[in-house]
Amino acid sequence: MAHAKQHDYHILHPSIWPFVGAVGGFTMLFGAVLWMHGSGPWLFLIGLAAVLYVMFGWWSDVIAESRSGDHTPVVRLGLRYGFILFIMSEVMFFSAWFWSFFKHALYPMNTYEGSTYVPPEFYHVDPLHIPLINTLILLLSGCAVTWAHHALVHNESRKDVEWGLGIGILLGIAFTGLQAYEYWYLIGPQDWTFGQDKFFSNFFMATGFHGAHVIIGTIFLTVCWLRVRAGHFTAEQHVGFEAAAWYWHFVDVVWLFLFAAVYMWGIGLH
Amino acid sequence: MADAAVHGHGEKDTRGFFTRWFMSTNHKDIGILYLFTAGVVGFIAVAFTIYMRLELMHPGVQYMCEEGARFLSAAAEGECTPNGHLWNVMITYHGVLMMFFVVIPALFGGFGNYFMPLMIGAPDMAFPRLNNLSYWMFVAGVSLGIASLLSPGGNGQLGSGVGWVLYPPLSTTEQGMSMDFAIFAVHLSGASSILGAINMITTFLNMRAPGMTLFKVPLFAWSIFVTAWLILLALPVLAGAITMLLTDRNFGTTFFDPAGGGDPVLYQHILWFFGHPEVYIIIIPGFGIISHVVATFSRKPVFGYLPMVWAMIAIGVLGFVVWAHHMYTVGMSLTQQSYFMLATMVIAVPTGIKIFSWIATMWGGSIEFRTPMLWAFGFLFLFTVGGVTGIVLSQAAVDRAYHDTYYVVAHFHYVMSLGAVFCIFAGFYYWIGKMSGRQYPEWAGKLHFWMMFIGSNLTFFPQHFLGRQGMPRRYIDYPEAFAYWNWWSSVGAFIAFASFLLFIGIVFYTLLYGRRVTENNYWNEHADTLEWTLPSPPPEHTFEVLPKPSDWDRSHAH
Repeated sequence: MAHAKQHDYHILHPSIWPFVGAVGGFTMLFGAVLWMHGSGPWLFLIGLAAVLYVMFGWWSDVIAESRSGDHTPVVRLGLRYGFILFIMSEVMFFSAWFWSFFKHALYPMNTYEGSTYVPPEFYHVDPLHIPLINTLILLLSGCAVTWAHHALVHNESRKDVEWGLGIGILLGIAFTGLQAYEYWYLIGPQDWTFGQDKFFSNFFMATGFHGAHVIIGTIFLTVCWLRVRAGHFTAEQHVGFEAAAWYWHFVDVVWLFLFAAVYMWGIGLH
Repeated sequence: MADAAVHGHGEKDTRGFFTRWFMSTNHKDIGILYLFTAGVVGFIAVAFTIYMRLELMHPGVQYMCEEGARFLSAAAEGECTPNGHLWNVMITYHGVLMMFFVVIPALFGGFGNYFMPLMIGAPDMAFPRLNNLSYWMFVAGVSLGIASLLSPGGNGQLGSGVGWVLYPPLSTTEQGMSMDFAIFAVHLSGASSILGAINMITTFLNMRAPGMTLFKVPLFAWSIFVTAWLILLALPVLAGAITMLLTDRNFGTTFFDPAGGGDPVLYQHILWFFGHPEVYIIIIPGFGIISHVVATFSRKPVFGYLPMVWAMIAIGVLGFVVWAHHMYTVGMSLTQQSYFMLATMVIAVPTGIKIFSWIATMWGGSIEFRTPMLWAFGFLFLFTVGGVTGIVLSQAAVDRAYHDTYYVVAHFHYVMSLGAVFCIFAGFYYWIGKMSGRQYPEWAGKLHFWMMFIGSNLTFFPQHFLGRQGMPRRYIDYPEAFAYWNWWSSVGAFIAFASFLLFIGIVFYTLLYGRRVTENNYWNEHADTLEWTLPSPPPEHTFEVLPKPSDWDRSHAH
């Protein structure tokens, strides 16, 4: 057997990141349990810091490897497969929350007492108000990212890529801001609670997990924006950008389902 | 294994211990790590069962006492108040450890990591660093599981006694932090498996040797590919369900709490939507191993390669649409029960295709009963027994009588304890020479097989009788009427445990003193997949020059 590699796959050097990341993850979750049982957040925060540090270090390494030419076409194809599969697993994660929502909405436990999924006294939010604006914001943001993608692929201009991504990021932040405002409004003036009822449970956990994904996606796009400015992407090689765009569209689609089901149809139920 | 693999055929390994085993990006080393850790956790999970069978050996409670757990001298210490919590903790952690931290890591993480890339001629996995994260997250999950066992739980004692399925309201009302640790342990294990699945699928799709089209891929690699899809699509749903448990416990949501309009049966649905694919996640890699072992020791190519592949795919797909047969008694409509019953029985068709194809492979072959073949043969017989009781249980009407009895315990241990675990041992004896460069002593392997075969059958076969007599699962004690077969079942468990101890001895003997393997292929020419073209053990980096079709394509010879 020859001792020099004669293929295009990526053989990696040993790395400390996975080990440190798992130790950080263990610390974070161990600390989370202690925190939930009243021991303060410190261990959780230490673990979280370790996890974030590993993410930063690990992905910096990936970018450096990409810059040094390790990402041959076949490796880039693999990275894309991997990311699509990751998104598929995310879709299945959300399916659990939609399952709970539809179950409780279609077959409420208290049907026989004559009440419905959404207690009427709770819901005073017009889905065609902030939720519709948020839908438009996310869709527009997706368009802006697609504009940037086209500008990149067709090699038009880096300025267009920056503008497209930048607008997409700002719209993402606007979405998060409006969503936070809506939460504040519901829990404050409208007297909603986080728990105590299956309707609140479904609403906050489903939209909350979506909101967390929007924040992650916004960070992902921001990293891409910085990398565009640093000139990392070419028309042929921009897996990181592509992954961020796919992720953003996935977040978009989840929102469309949330908007249609939880806001529009769900409110029609009371 | 560690030691032997280092002295690979002239290639000096310069990596230090820490670099090699803690910072690994090598699929073979990570595979060995997985197998080793799964073995250790498996020993813990088996030890729990011995304690349980000890308690069940005679009617009355002799060992698991409120006054303190006893192990050997039951009678001498006087008064014993039954400690049901301890019993519940034992069954819970046995189940959780076996389901999440032993069988998947051994078959999918261990053999899958080591041999799937070799069989398709890939130099490593698609994401070698991510591969190591999967392994260490699995270890972190095990650690959280142990933390759960040893931290304050229900009834003012340690650990959670809620059953591995973690059904609410038991799991949402169990006190202490133990249950929360257990939930996070399953989260970590799930994330680890999902990342592993992404890695396996990408490797399979993107890194097959030149000319190796999908339907030329060896069956074990196919089995890992199908399993990876099941993991990818089923585990995230479980993550959602246990997250709901977590927020119900700690943040006041009421997904499963009727006081807030929630529904505990919803949890059962979501859990089993994951849980049924899970049982195929456990067994399908075993199907792959058995195919290779049976072909090798029958000196014939496997019968019906293409139907074998499609049967695995069909089992995988059907696995997602039969979940509610685990919960016939929760009050579903007759229509729902009829559907789940019919859909479940359909699975017998692809499973039958596999069983008959293995038999047809042996038919007219030159069969040689080496140790791996004994395990494969044992698997065939026992998995068929478990499959037949599965058909019985699939009927909603009959399940009214059998639900939550020992008949169910016997059924799922026949397919898992005797099915999946026999596959692990078949794989171990088939490949240990390849992985370590040293061969096990044949007589010891055979002794191990017969002890385990007799022991596990003696454990579980009488449980069918107990179930038919109406003995319910999950109880620390039973009436006098069930004493006879419980005694035999415990004797069987002790024999099986002795075989496990023998196995540990065989592992150490083989790694330290086993006969050195000199040939690349120490079986015969029907062990014709690519790992048999490599030295034993394979060098650190394999297939630096990608294999040519002539190295692996045997289709002209068939």
